[in-house]
Amino acid sequence: MSDDDIDAFIEAGCRLLDIPVRDEWREAIRLHLAISLDHARNVAKFELPDDADPAPVFTA
Amino acid sequence: MSAIAAAADIAAAVRGRRRSACEVVDAALAGIERSNTRLNAFTAVTADRARARAAAIDAAIARGDPAGPLAGVPFAVKNLVDVAGLPTLAGSRINRDRTPAKAHAAPVARLEAAGAVLVGALNMGEYAYDFTGENCHDGPSRNPHDASRMTGGSSGGSGGAVGGGLVPIALGSDTNGSIRIPASFCGIFGLKPTYGRLSRAGSFPFVSSLDHLGPLARSTLDLALAYDAMQGHDAHDPVCVARPGEPATPALGGGIGGLRIVRAGGYFRAGAAPEALAALDRVAAALSAEREIDIPEAARARSAAYVITASEGAALHLGRLRKRAADFDPDVRDRLIAGALIPGAAVAAAQKFRRWYREAVLRLFDEVDVILAPATPFAAPPIGQKSFMLAGKEVALRPNIGIYTQPISFIGLPVVAVPVPEAAGKLPIGVQIIAAPWREDIALRTSHHLETIGAVCAPLPPALGE
Repeated sequence: MSDDDIDAFIEAGCRLLDIPVRDEWREAIRLHLAISLDHARNVAKFELPDDADPAPVFTA
Repeated sequence: MSAIAAAADIAAAVRGRRRSACEVVDAALAGIERSNTRLNAFTAVTADRARARAAAIDAAIARGDPAGPLAGVPFAVKNLVDVAGLPTLAGSRINRDRTPAKAHAAPVARLEAAGAVLVGALNMGEYAYDFTGENCHDGPSRNPHDASRMTGGSSGGSGGAVGGGLVPIALGSDTNGSIRIPASFCGIFGLKPTYGRLSRAGSFPFVSSLDHLGPLARSTLDLALAYDAMQGHDAHDPVCVARPGEPATPALGGGIGGLRIVRAGGYFRAGAAPEALAALDRVAAALSAEREIDIPEAARARSAAYVITASEGAALHLGRLRKRAADFDPDVRDRLIAGALIPGAAVAAAQKFRRWYREAVLRLFDEVDVILAPATPFAAPPIGQKSFMLAGKEVALRPNIGIYTQPISFIGLPVVAVPVPEAAGKLPIGVQIIAAPWREDIALRTSHHLETIGAVCAPLPPALGE
């Protein structure tokens, strides 16, 4: 995915979420989004069955 | 070796009326006055309240009332923890508009119930989303061993205040490493308990499914005393387990006989600077831990923790990002905005992986009792440093200091970070002692044993050690 693709995603996503973004913030947002998406891809490579439950994080 | 009074010694002296709580608190306040300009650890000093509380403790002891295990011990708390009468800043500018907290957070109230005396609130990275201790609103926390270097974060003021000898005990929080990293950089002990062990009620959240509170101190005994004082169920935190307190202090001297201690290899060796590996070697040798194991899929666990943190953290702050984005610390704001854009499917996948990973790691504890791993990949970097070399590749510093802490807190395991002095020249660095869930006692016993044989200790900061 190119920087232009990511910039377009940031532009559309922030408009959708109603987050105002200044031009001077975009480079850092792009950097951090790219890092997060790399991590997400790393997780996605690990195949789990459909019935795998997410971790419990709430007890009551 | 310490010229800084330990909490256990202070409490014994106050209980024995060899020293008054008022004298102890006055000395602590004078020390904060003297050193805080250099360390920038405190954001608020509650001097009047502390003196009144100390006077009440002295009066109670004079009446013959029972004194608590932390009688007269000064302590301070990361400013994301509620302190009655102060707005809970969580390191931010935005939270300065909050009304002051009406009551202390549960762990603060419990420490006070044990006789400890709160002396103030501590600096931290904004909304706990840093590993550096840097903060654009309050200025960076500064490392007591070299004020030009980072304390680590996000409990940076907690690390600086204890490492610099301003208080013997501080309270911090740890979502991905925020107790263990300042403990490593500042050369002190830090306990991240099992997820759900200590109440987080009255603390400002970051990532609920990963947030923990815990103590930092200059010795294992002080760490255990503080930990024991804070244990117990609290219905105000839905994650806090209904489990009776399991005091660790009485068994602290039990030694390591019978414990199966191993060191983590693979992922936990890759990327570590020589000083981190030297510290791990020193601790492993002291414990005769020759066997090395692989924690399966640790790199992916770190990735999953990263994704969950970014997304849950962004969700928490979405309203503030919409209304007051320009008021955030830029280093935090840009990461939060990026986090808001992570697809939900990625977060669900990370939570699914989390269960798999938890079960895989828990199986390891059928064969071992303690796993050793580096706490940080290097010793404290200079304040302002933006990148470092990780396995031959230049990467951003702020998101990556926690590479060795994240795979552990991801599944809530209890960890004591122990300080190895002068592993990096004059700078200390920490090692993680990791145990099975609910076995803080084993991690603390191991830490105490290492301290007893002289393998680890909290080094004096130069201002006090020369």
